[in-house]
Amino acid sequence: MAYISVPIPALPHPSPMHIPDGFLSAPVAGVGYALAAVFVAIAVWRTNRSLGEKSVPLMGVTAACIFAAQMMNFPVAGGTSGHLLGGTLAAILVGPWAAIIVMTSVIGVQGLMFQDGGLSALGFNVFNMGVITVLVGYGIYYLAALFANGQRGWVLPTGVFVASWITVMLAAFATSIELAVSGTSPLHVVLPAMMGVHALIGIGEGLITAAAVTFVLTTRPDLIAQPQRAAPQGGLS
Amino acid sequence: MTKKGYVALLLVGLGIALVITLLSPLASSSPDGLERVAEDKAFVDRGKDAPYEVIADYAFPWVGNEDAATILGGVVGVVIVAALVLTLGVGLRALSRRAAVAGTKPAGPTPPTPAGGKAGGGEG
Repeated sequence: MAYISVPIPALPHPSPMHIPDGFLSAPVAGVGYALAAVFVAIAVWRTNRSLGEKSVPLMGVTAACIFAAQMMNFPVAGGTSGHLLGGTLAAILVGPWAAIIVMTSVIGVQGLMFQDGGLSALGFNVFNMGVITVLVGYGIYYLAALFANGQRGWVLPTGVFVASWITVMLAAFATSIELAVSGTSPLHVVLPAMMGVHALIGIGEGLITAAAVTFVLTTRPDLIAQPQRAAPQGGLS
Repeated sequence: MTKKGYVALLLVGLGIALVITLLSPLASSSPDGLERVAEDKAFVDRGKDAPYEVIADYAFPWVGNEDAATILGGVVGVVIVAALVLTLGVGLRALSRRAAVAGTKPAGPTPPTPAGGKAGGGEG
């Protein structure tokens, strides 16, 4: 397709940027592929024996919405934008293992078809945005849900917000380490910059995720498995 | 959930995704977090172009109007991602069902029971 030079002007439109080719050294990229492979394998192993029937359509819908939402860059301070990662949201909706499959599919399609994220960086893009966010986000959500114990109110949405914010920070932290180890930018330079920007982007992630979870809990509470402490009397579910 | 429930969930969910896609031309065009840091800290030039392009930067090729190109790119992406994940999900679900059946019943032809397709594990 390269020979057809359609003059596409400098893109004013969505340019969500995952780690592109060239940012990670070959060894670091290799480690990323290995880590992603391990967690995707665990996710497949877990889901191919225990995937619930209603999870299938929900997985497809979640993937489609996260793909679309990642295109919607929202402005944060100083001529910078951010976009949803969606790992926490996916984990809450379909559970952590199915969520890793959802996120890997989204990030894979973005890298292979939309040139968003380099091929060499695909492993760490999956690990940063589709494994760390999912597992940590789910863990914090789980605690918040136990704390809320099935009650409607501010506890659960607040927990979801905090979970989402922390996962964005962790993904930014991991990316900084990977860039530093690759020799792309020294850690003392890249880390504070990444954490600063993503502290703001994380607020967007938290608000969107909390709103989305609240929306689903309001309209289709049956779709979200809410962990609860032992029911006081009789079963709650 | 009934069959109708599944279809409704799919339609509403994909509808939400498509509505977001239609709004994508409104997305902020500022560099995102990583790109901003790469520019500020002067390592953005290390980035290399992809070896090939399909729908680069979410703009569907050969469409002159940028908004239309972005929306079309997004719609194509939503459809592909949904189809991919649904296919994976159906496959994993089939394996799960087989695992559940293998764990509870002896192999061999069994008389059809009304509760046939309901063997299933817990929540994902």
